Amino acid sequence: MTVAAEERELRDDELNGLELSARLRSIWQTPSGLLGALTSVDHKVVGRRYIVTAFAFLLLGGLLAILMRIQLAGPEKTFLSADKYNQIFTMHGSTMMFLFAVPVMEAFAVYLVPLMVGTRNIAFPRLNAFSYWMFLFGGCFLWISFALNVGPDVGWFAYVPLSSLQYTPTKRPDVWAQMITFTEVAALAVAVEIVVTVFKLRAPGMTLDRIPLFVWAMLVTSFLVMFAMPSIMVASTSLILDRLVNTRFYDSSSGGHPLLWQHLFWFFGHPEVYIIFIPGTGMVSAILATFARRPVIGYPVVILSLIATGFLSFGLWVHHMFVTGLPQLGAGLFTASSMLIAVPSGLQIFCWLATLWDGRPVYRTPLLFVIGFIVIFVLGGLSGVMVASVPIDTQVHDTYFVVAHFHYVLIGGAVFPLIGAVYYWFPKITGRMLSERLGRWNFWLAFVGFNVAFFPMHILGLIGMPRRVYTYTADMDWAHLNLLSSGGAVIFALSFVLLLVNVIMSLRSGTLAGDNPWNASTLEWATSSPPPPQNFDRIPVVKHRDPLWLDNASLPVVAGLSVERREMLVTSLAEAEPQIREASPEPSIWPLLTAIATSVFFIGSIFTPWAVLWGTPPMAVTLIGWFWPSGSKEDEE
Amino acid sequence: MRHTIVRNVAELPTYGYGPRSGPWWGAMGFMALEGMGFAIAIGAYLYLYAVNPSWPIGAAPPDLWPGTAETVIYLLSIIPNQMTNRAAHRQDLAKVRTGLIVMSLIGIGLLVLRGFEFAHLNTRWDNSAYGSIVWLILGLHTTHLATDVGDTVVLTVLMFTRHARPRRFSDVTDNVFYWNFVVLAWLPLYVLLDWVPRL
Repeated sequence: MTVAAEERELRDDELNGLELSARLRSIWQTPSGLLGALTSVDHKVVGRRYIVTAFAFLLLGGLLAILMRIQLAGPEKTFLSADKYNQIFTMHGSTMMFLFAVPVMEAFAVYLVPLMVGTRNIAFPRLNAFSYWMFLFGGCFLWISFALNVGPDVGWFAYVPLSSLQYTPTKRPDVWAQMITFTEVAALAVAVEIVVTVFKLRAPGMTLDRIPLFVWAMLVTSFLVMFAMPSIMVASTSLILDRLVNTRFYDSSSGGHPLLWQHLFWFFGHPEVYIIFIPGTGMVSAILATFARRPVIGYPVVILSLIATGFLSFGLWVHHMFVTGLPQLGAGLFTASSMLIAVPSGLQIFCWLATLWDGRPVYRTPLLFVIGFIVIFVLGGLSGVMVASVPIDTQVHDTYFVVAHFHYVLIGGAVFPLIGAVYYWFPKITGRMLSERLGRWNFWLAFVGFNVAFFPMHILGLIGMPRRVYTYTADMDWAHLNLLSSGGAVIFALSFVLLLVNVIMSLRSGTLAGDNPWNASTLEWATSSPPPPQNFDRIPVVKHRDPLWLDNASLPVVAGLSVERREMLVTSLAEAEPQIREASPEPSIWPLLTAIATSVFFIGSIFTPWAVLWGTPPMAVTLIGWFWPSGSKEDEE
Repeated sequence: MRHTIVRNVAELPTYGYGPRSGPWWGAMGFMALEGMGFAIAIGAYLYLYAVNPSWPIGAAPPDLWPGTAETVIYLLSIIPNQMTNRAAHRQDLAKVRTGLIVMSLIGIGLLVLRGFEFAHLNTRWDNSAYGSIVWLILGLHTTHLATDVGDTVVLTVLMFTRHARPRRFSDVTDNVFYWNFVVLAWLPLYVLLDWVPRL
């Protein structure tokens, strides 16, 4: 573009107020109609879809849990057959881990991180749209297979040799393995987007030590995703190859080794726990600061803890394999590292307690869920330290003790913060407040229901009840505790029904939220609720870690960006100094078409290796369509 | 909220090179995760190597010439690759076009050579776990190579159209950057596939 042409371009310092807003809105908004919906690259639109879809899978996974609890409520019940039960616990675990917990955290990041760092869209918005479609198609693939009675039945970790062709000659394990590929592609894409958004799209002045803690948490999580997920992709691919073209990775008669599967799986599987938990801590830090009415104490300690947790999480995977006959030195090392990771988590807990102690806490629903989190997660952490020890682990391995432990860690560590986050950010996303009265009911039902459901499982495990059994006999003496647990599960499920009711009612008639209903300090509250398509009329300038507490009446901003095309500000990595006015992509149908082509390729390739041949050209065509400049202003700069 | 304009960024450029630009970091991210994929596959290879009393299992080591020839070409390809990089920074369209054509041809040549390498592995994927992991690793790198070559060819064509605007030079430098990674990723795999079975 010539200098003369550049001079003619209208910039945001030449317009003000409503005129500026309207102009930016017309440039950034998602086109209306079905085609508009399918082409949207707005991080808020994609993020909202991601959140809703992930919660839909939570609902499905939760229903399965209830079915299991009905079956186990008494001895020798015939509500579910052994075969159905296998499918159901596999679907429950796979859905919760791959279709709910990881995606929902990334979904919140997709929605919130660009707003919190003060930019207009996520980095690589088309990749973001592609990621959502892959996630959706992968989830539907799993559930449609389940409905057609080809759902997986080999556990959420699909151990070989059970999942090998010899022992499971149906397509069930392939469906599981390829669902993994779908969701990992989706997760990896979001991880790269978040890293680049945090590194390069922060508002000017948002130096590394002014990044909100939730954004830090999502940055660390994204790195975990990038380094953990390739392992499960190698694992799932090699499993499919073993089953489809007779490779011998896991065939011990031809030099393969079943334990290789466990290493590959858990090298991903353990960081996975932290991929779910670290975003939860970020939510806790955000909510806590707002409702304790002071910044979180020990900001650098919390960040260093997150980073330390991230690193340590890659050194623990073998503690899932203590009963596989490890060398003693290995067992000792992994016991030590498993106990070590309690230290950074503990440091964060103390920072949060100190913040509550020193603050003037306002006990609204989000804070209640945070306190519930602290209680439940600490209990889960303690049983974690117990099972880090080889003798205890050997005793309770594959019993309900472990089931209790990881539900305390995952529901306590991630779901409670998440529900708190729903109450906290719902006003920003929808413009309306959730009902506080229903919120309190929601919290207490969840807290009581959860503990009644899962605490007895500790005892059941200690008295010998193994995991994954579809029933038990009356003489085992497990009936009362199981009935109690099932009752708790129903109460816990009711708490989610209440949440759903609250969401539907509040969407219709909730109190209007305004820009910053909680008087919070971070940038997402500096724009309207819900935010306009451009997020901010002008890009904010950050001078403080809590910009809105420094000054909540006026916002320092930069000017000079185009109001004729989508433009964002790229800043330097450490100091967030403005560097480039970069174009941001317009809506496009190609990410959807690419996702469809990729899905055909993925699903085809569990049936025939030739899918690699006929599946590649459509992918190549759609990718070229995606990257080929459309001739718009954005592209021809 | 009231806006107070404290700074004007109108004079900033609309694209940049290297770590200043977003796509460079995106490429970096994908290199990190693909590099991790290779690391995991190497780990799996070494695990199988460690648990098996004999290696390679029931096969001769791969013939050396295809892999070695590839390695030489990979290393030499860095020269035209860097020349393309410099031309892109100078925004010299003619030289960039030449450089991209050369790089596309090198890539296609390497893909052909890769076919020979598969044929000279001296094992099939279904022979043993050794054959499986060798085919997996070579397959992974071939996917990696083919993707990059496809990308380079498309970019080459693009630079001959009206879309060859200044910002595309930044894309060219990112493509160059990515090729360096393709080369770098190959070197440990060459040692692993061709020399470890000879230990």
